[in-house]
Amino acid sequence: MQSAVIVFPASNCDRDAATALEKITGHKPLMVWHEETTLPKVDFVIIPGGFSYGDYLRSGAIAARSPIVQDIIKKAGTGLPVAGFCNGFQILTEAGLLPGALMRNKGLRFVCRPQKLQVVNTQTMFTSGYNNEEEITVPIAHFDGNYYADDDTLKKLKRTGRILFKYVDNPNGSQNDIAGISNQAGNVLGMMPHPERAIDPLHGGTGGIALFKSIVEAVQ
Amino acid sequence: MKAIIHIGLKSGVLDPQGRTIARSLAHLGFDSVTKARQGKTIELDLDTEDVDIAKLDVEKMCKQLLANTVIEDYQIEIVEQD
Repeated sequence: MQSAVIVFPASNCDRDAATALEKITGHKPLMVWHEETTLPKVDFVIIPGGFSYGDYLRSGAIAARSPIVQDIIKKAGTGLPVAGFCNGFQILTEAGLLPGALMRNKGLRFVCRPQKLQVVNTQTMFTSGYNNEEEITVPIAHFDGNYYADDDTLKKLKRTGRILFKYVDNPNGSQNDIAGISNQAGNVLGMMPHPERAIDPLHGGTGGIALFKSIVEAVQ
Repeated sequence: MKAIIHIGLKSGVLDPQGRTIARSLAHLGFDSVTKARQGKTIELDLDTEDVDIAKLDVEKMCKQLLANTVIEDYQIEIVEQD
């Protein structure tokens, strides 16, 4: 399985993502600079966490307009699996690949801690390796993680099983405790928690491994 | 000419920063404040003479980048300079 990690100025989880991909897929991912206009041929793309463009204007706003993201939008439209973690989730909503927006945390604090999540829907390419309603612990580290969408969108997400992860103890004010969602076709995932930081017991837990294994299984 | 763009959260969207500002003003004794909303202002210098074209251009800029219309509203003000 060949994968790619997109690198923006001030991405800071790109290497964590690469390490997780290499450990679980057995192949080093391609690191793709945001100014590239064409994605190499890959089976899976991660938009990593960080503070792309210093969070200027809005978190993820500038990165979402970068050349490489335009190609990701195109290829995601034809089924390429894409996952955005933390800032990657913000970029995916800004790019219009996922509905809603990530706003300032309700408590107005940067929240950085291990977070309990519930896997809500296991019938997806990103979550098939989890048990239904399984609780996992994955780190969160964000200032703008407060998920907002209008009522119709929230109802639609719920009805169509597109809420993949929920917070067990809502850390940021997200509507309906939403921690991660997918697009309608099911090939784009965005989540605020960092599964790429939860793949080694030495780092405090391995709750993220099943996510990567699910993707490997889906694309091979 | 100049375009001044005011961007703020839509009225139905919770604004925790605005709420904190209102609370802080109340602590300082400003009892008359019932609500605060925080937004931002962006000023653009434009190299054009045509106000209508400028307005259309800035409207496009707001939709494509400057505002996130999922959560934000914007108002555009065009200021002609001497």
